[in-house]
Amino acid sequence: MTPPDAAPLVELRGLTKTYGEGETATMVLKGLDLTLEKGRMIALLGASGSGKSTLLNILGTLLRPTAGRFTMLGQELFGADDATLTDFRNRHIGFVFQFHNLLPDFSALENVIFPTAVREGVESAQARLRGAELLELVGLADRTHYRATKLSGGQKQRVAVARALMNKPDLILADEPTGNLDSVSAQQVMELIKVVNQREGTTFLISTHDERIAAQCEGRLEIRDGRII
Amino acid sequence: MRYGLKVAYRHLASNLSQTGLLVIGVAVAVFIFIFMSALIGGLADLMVNRTLGGFAHVTIQAEDRELPVLETGSNAELLVARQKSTRDATGIRDALPLLPVIDQLSGVAVSSPQITGGAVLIRGERVRQVGVTGVQPDRVTAIVAFDRYLQEGSLSLTGDGLLIGATLASDMNLSVGSPVTLRTDQGNTASLRVSGIYSTGVGQLDRASAYVDIRTARSLFDIPNAVSRIELKLTDLYEAEAVAARITATTGLDAEPWTATAQQLYEGLRAQSDTGLILKSFALITIVIGVASSLMLTTYRRRPEIGIMRAMGASQGFILFIFVTQGMIVGLVGGLIGASLGLAVLTPLTPSGEVAAGQLPIDVAQGSFGLAIGLTMVGATLAAILPARAASRIDPVEAIGQ
Repeated sequence: MTPPDAAPLVELRGLTKTYGEGETATMVLKGLDLTLEKGRMIALLGASGSGKSTLLNILGTLLRPTAGRFTMLGQELFGADDATLTDFRNRHIGFVFQFHNLLPDFSALENVIFPTAVREGVESAQARLRGAELLELVGLADRTHYRATKLSGGQKQRVAVARALMNKPDLILADEPTGNLDSVSAQQVMELIKVVNQREGTTFLISTHDERIAAQCEGRLEIRDGRII
Repeated sequence: MRYGLKVAYRHLASNLSQTGLLVIGVAVAVFIFIFMSALIGGLADLMVNRTLGGFAHVTIQAEDRELPVLETGSNAELLVARQKSTRDATGIRDALPLLPVIDQLSGVAVSSPQITGGAVLIRGERVRQVGVTGVQPDRVTAIVAFDRYLQEGSLSLTGDGLLIGATLASDMNLSVGSPVTLRTDQGNTASLRVSGIYSTGVGQLDRASAYVDIRTARSLFDIPNAVSRIELKLTDLYEAEAVAARITATTGLDAEPWTATAQQLYEGLRAQSDTGLILKSFALITIVIGVASSLMLTTYRRRPEIGIMRAMGASQGFILFIFVTQGMIVGLVGGLIGASLGLAVLTPLTPSGEVAAGQLPIDVAQGSFGLAIGLTMVGATLAAILPARAASRIDPVEAIGQ
């Protein structure tokens, strides 16, 4: 495993997130503090409604916090505009979702290279080469040109892992990545995540309800009532 | 944005039945647009030709001459009946040097200087009163499309050539090559030979008109230097008033638009043109609504994908681009198919000569094909902007369903 660097990858301080306004306002994150070091593979646990997904979305720059400090790779992201956040997300963050993971009209390879192609405006030969390597890494070299809709659930998640790795991100956020898979496929995906974490040194934050998944991570964070406990 | 184009194309190609229906809808609307343009244009031509025959869009004539009033002695009273309209027999003296200037004026398609007068056409015992028009041999078809109406012979007027209508030829038992004599009111005569016989379907033109070389007309009517009038065809029929005003302002000559003499026809054509415009607008509105609603549905259906793309680092501009491009592609393809359909269907329907009874007076040349394709593309692109904006503003978190 790659040893963690001294400087943290992510730092959250006093982070709050409130949905709605006035009497209907609901505070989901209540002054949350979090430090995430590089190269770690951490499980994020918590009951439904505890703020797990909200935290993951804020870390993925898909959702804006209401207040607090949010620093990643030394860059203050709180209050950054949409273009800055989109570019930052593209370069430094990868996602693996539980549902709706792949673009259905694209092949496995096209899905994998999407993050690079959308930034460069073209599907370069270099991107295709890396995409093919990543598909090989996730054991799907023989499914390169298969439409996403022709892949099984487990294969889709492995393609999603490959896509998350495409731009060599510093952080991969996985929200219930095995929640929709049978136990064999789920274990395959977890094995893959472990390999990537160890080989590439990529930081993983894996949101899960499953204790068996959490047990395979090297660390765990639990969120309750909007705070890390 | 080559990659954006690819994504837009892939979206359209992934649901061929929906895209196909949309493109067919656009193509039908474009076909209606082209059909209406060709029909209204052809109908206008037919009405103009049937009602006024070979008429000019603007006519420049000699001004009315002030007739001299008798001098009176100091103890005499004078009662005068004044004839109102008598044109100078010598015609427009100053017009010829101005012809190149008139030809260059914007809106003027072609000019035809003419010498006109009354005469009798004589063939043996048969005599008919005719209106004679002397035209330049190279501009015979400038005002009346004789090339479309020619039944026999040729349009050559050089020398002793004479062009007459079919009714007149039948009345006088004339055919191409028949020798005739033309005697003018001034008492001048010319021996001519029928070179061509036309049939325009306009009574006056076919029954009592004769066309000769302008040089022949000069000697027949004793007008050695001037012209009786200059007739103009314009690029746009409906610009006649403006062009006439420009000619008067530029040359000082008296220019009369056709609308001044055929007000009812003008109003009829205007109403017809406006009706066509309304129908064409409806066709365009149909395209806009069709494309907008279809893309709205697509946007809704693809919300999770849009969310995924945004999460992978696609900017709002990229999302906007792929949906606007889809509208543009649908507009272009639908426009091209509709235009091709229009060309294929309307070309055989366009009468080659005279419009027969029961036949639609379609003129495929007035189909506004370029305009139809252009407006469709613009309309479809504009129609795509609203759904595209909605797509670009989709909240990725909500779309991914977390």
